Amino acid sequence: MTDTIPEIPPAVLALIGVEQHPEESTFAIEMGYVYNTCAAVQNGNPLFWEEAVARELTHGWITPPTMMSVWFRPHYWTPGATGERLALQAHFDLKRLLDLPEAIISGNETVFGEPVRPGDRLRAHQIVRSISPVKTTKLGRGRFWVIDLECFNERGEFVGRDTYDCFGYRRNAS
Amino acid sequence: MSAYRLLTLDQVKEGDELPSLTQHVTATTVVLGALASRDWRPMHHDRDFAINRNGVRDIFINTPNNAAWFERFVTDWTGPRGRLGRMKFRMNDSVFPGDDMVLGGRVTGTSIDAAGCGWVELDLAVSVQGQVKTSCRARVALPVDAADNPWDRHGERWQP
Repeated sequence: MTDTIPEIPPAVLALIGVEQHPEESTFAIEMGYVYNTCAAVQNGNPLFWEEAVARELTHGWITPPTMMSVWFRPHYWTPGATGERLALQAHFDLKRLLDLPEAIISGNETVFGEPVRPGDRLRAHQIVRSISPVKTTKLGRGRFWVIDLECFNERGEFVGRDTYDCFGYRRNAS
Repeated sequence: MSAYRLLTLDQVKEGDELPSLTQHVTATTVVLGALASRDWRPMHHDRDFAINRNGVRDIFINTPNNAAWFERFVTDWTGPRGRLGRMKFRMNDSVFPGDDMVLGGRVTGTSIDAAGCGWVELDLAVSVQGQVKTSCRARVALPVDAADNPWDRHGERWQP
């Protein structure tokens, strides 16, 4: 590998703003993972524990909003699956296409729409919003990029959007 | 149905501090959070991998679990009618077993939007020994009065 970071290929520039990697939630939304999540952080919000409260405030059970990404994470193993299954494929695509072997996600913003309910089937797609010119940071030289993951329920209602700020780079020579 | 906490917008003003939350982090804390969020990556459950491959001192709390801690911290304060609209966070450093993680926060603004929804803006942080590990800005809907319920808002009436 040379130290020169190549120009952004036109095929990569053409991906900006395009919906990619459509996917569906790994399984129908269920409360088991909600209890696991609430237990892991000792979240006693009665919306997730008391059906009467859930009925009064949200017309039935909902799941914690911050669990949105959980529903799209692949199983660790499935019969017949080969290769590593990646949660944010567009990010790993850019690492490869831009020849930047290291990458970090430096920031994340989530906007929450309609609550997710048990039984929902969600769908999502990823959109590369921007790719920066070459930058130098304490980690190395590379490019910043921004990826949105937009999520909808089976009724077509907007459920949320995760925006990832990423930096792909080559390490500084030590 | 048990009584629950109800925080309304008129009870909040800029500069208010949220009650802090301290959690002693163990390996169980980290692994529970990673598996609950379906994050199977080894740096969140395999100490040898974390040390020898990632070059850090131990397994560490994963990002989705970090978000779940912030959500719990916020809704402990608001009660169940508090509805998260937006969260933006930045990870500066990791939280490891043995750390005493402190969640803290401050109100930076309040408003009512054109649809009549009450909003509070929060600056939040996870700190260990006074060092901010993760900072977070959150926008949370609060009822404007005891009869209001932000969860009833949909479509154009919900503008987070």
